[in-house]
Amino acid sequence: MSLKKISKDQPEKFEFDQQSLESAKKILSNYPKGKEKSAVMALLYIAQRQNNNWIPLSAIKYIAKFLNMPYIKVYEVATFYSMYNLSPVGNFHVQICTTTPCMIRGAYKIVDVCKKKISEKENVLSENGNCSWTEVECLGACINAPMMQINNDYYEDLDIKQSEKIIDEVLMGKKPKPGSYRGRINSEPENNRKTLLDLKNA
Amino acid sequence: MLRDEDRIFKNLYNDLGADLNSSKKRGDWTNTKDLCEKGRDWIIDEIKKSELRGRGGAGFPTGLKWSFAPKEVGSRPHYLVINADESEPGTCKDRDILRFEPHKLLEGCLIAAYAVNSHKCYIYLRGEYYNEGVELQKAIDEAYKDNLIGKNASGTGWDLDIYIHYGAGAYICGEETALLESIEGNKGQPRLKPPFPALVGLYGCPTIVNNVETVSVVPTILRKGSKWFASLGKPKNTGTKIFCISGNVNKPCNVEEEMGIPLKDLIDTHAGGVVGGWENLQAVIPGGSSMPLLNKEISEKITMDFDSLVENKSGLGTAGIVVINKDQDIIKCFARIARFYKHESCGQCTPCREGSGWMWRILERMAKGEASREEVEMLFDVTKQIEGHTICAFGEGSAWPVQGLLRNFKKEIIKRNNFDPLIKSNKDIPYLVDQHLLEKDNAQNKS
Repeated sequence: MSLKKISKDQPEKFEFDQQSLESAKKILSNYPKGKEKSAVMALLYIAQRQNNNWIPLSAIKYIAKFLNMPYIKVYEVATFYSMYNLSPVGNFHVQICTTTPCMIRGAYKIVDVCKKKISEKENVLSENGNCSWTEVECLGACINAPMMQINNDYYEDLDIKQSEKIIDEVLMGKKPKPGSYRGRINSEPENNRKTLLDLKNA
Repeated sequence: MLRDEDRIFKNLYNDLGADLNSSKKRGDWTNTKDLCEKGRDWIIDEIKKSELRGRGGAGFPTGLKWSFAPKEVGSRPHYLVINADESEPGTCKDRDILRFEPHKLLEGCLIAAYAVNSHKCYIYLRGEYYNEGVELQKAIDEAYKDNLIGKNASGTGWDLDIYIHYGAGAYICGEETALLESIEGNKGQPRLKPPFPALVGLYGCPTIVNNVETVSVVPTILRKGSKWFASLGKPKNTGTKIFCISGNVNKPCNVEEEMGIPLKDLIDTHAGGVVGGWENLQAVIPGGSSMPLLNKEISEKITMDFDSLVENKSGLGTAGIVVINKDQDIIKCFARIARFYKHESCGQCTPCREGSGWMWRILERMAKGEASREEVEMLFDVTKQIEGHTICAFGEGSAWPVQGLLRNFKKEIIKRNNFDPLIKSNKDIPYLVDQHLLEKDNAQNKS
């Protein structure tokens, strides 16, 4: 259960645009008849994507009507899961994993970089308004620690210098190149591979 | 070391490409039809004989689980659900399967779905793995196009539809019943068991929930034979397993190895050794953060399989190995793990909701040396109050790491927190009593 701050600044109206409507209909067809409720998580994502990375309350109401669900049920789902942003996070939402495997490889140094470059506090927009950062729990890339996620992409094997560079780019509105920043290939042991060697350059 | 030809995941590091053609070259989808034609009973029997145990953490025999699904489809359809909600700290094996070996997973889905009479398969993918989901969807589309899944999948006469359902960042949804709740469009709060999902699962229908790695190894087992799989590893702990070695090692990596490989071999051979040498090792978490840690003496000798780790009061879990060396503050490391559990508790059962925060707060103070001597005992007591008193295994998962810490590093904790509380209270007062009784007791004590 995570604490969620709901934005005080709420737009009055929300509606799916054409593209969102199409993807919503496609998602609905994934589930059996009468179980349309299952699509609520996917629809919240669609709303989030459409509305610049966050979900206003009017979107929750809209989805409740769309799926014929009570408003509170959609509200419950939106507040239960940590990936739904209920207040603006900017175009670039920086999430730094600080759970133990990342922590012992120096994740808090990256947090410091974000504090310095983006904003002093978590979940506060940067001065130019296009970026915010937050500490999150394990992102499931422990062997590539320390790492962070910006929107959908993983940035792995970071150090202070690299993360400063990444954050600078993000602040300028550019999308940095995702992947490992030590040049290693995926999850292989760097320069220490003992397995599947004949396939390496196949 | 395991021979390369015995490795199941040949594309673990993506040397060969994850697309359908490259996967076919590695042997995926070659004779799926023949395998299915041998019948449900044969498939389940082979998996039982291979002694494959679930790779998601609990280690439940997969063949046995499949046999729990009703033999005939009644009025309710059957479902197959793949648990790809990998969020255990220290674990990142499924991510590589989803990225680089998606066709192994899809073929496994077809065989498993056929074995448990299911026409629909949902893959519950954690929301953060968006790019992995894109890769997986690509693989699903390829498979549909090639008629490997869909109507009359691979010519077996069986229809199978596979859908991805994205999670949204809740660790608890890795618990199978919470996962089902989540697919149904609710908060991810676990259900009471029994009834087990095999009889009453998704939408109240019989549902088999399997981990990604479990299902992905199934086609290879059937192709190479259960004898081959059972010949690897140790009795009751057979086959291969992807180990994720992270933390203070020189070369953190994922590697597929035989079950029962010595932990020291894994760390030294594959992960390039502990940072600062083996002597600098402080502790190892052997199976994802919810498993109790191993101290250096045990780490030296232990083999990585379900049973030997249980004997040493730990567990294989997901085989996410986190190595912690002496440069780290062990209490702080576990305070951070406790914070993880505090953050991820679903809030349904009181012992876990309140207890996980309680453990975190005490551990944070202990890391700073601000806890009193008697709080060490209290902390242990709190873990005991959580363990076994919750609907799902999250209670154990949050309590065990703290218990492991207290078992192995009690001396260090007491050394740092060696003072009595400033205000000494009457020690007979149990802390878990109704408030009004407490006040009455106090009143009596005063008079």
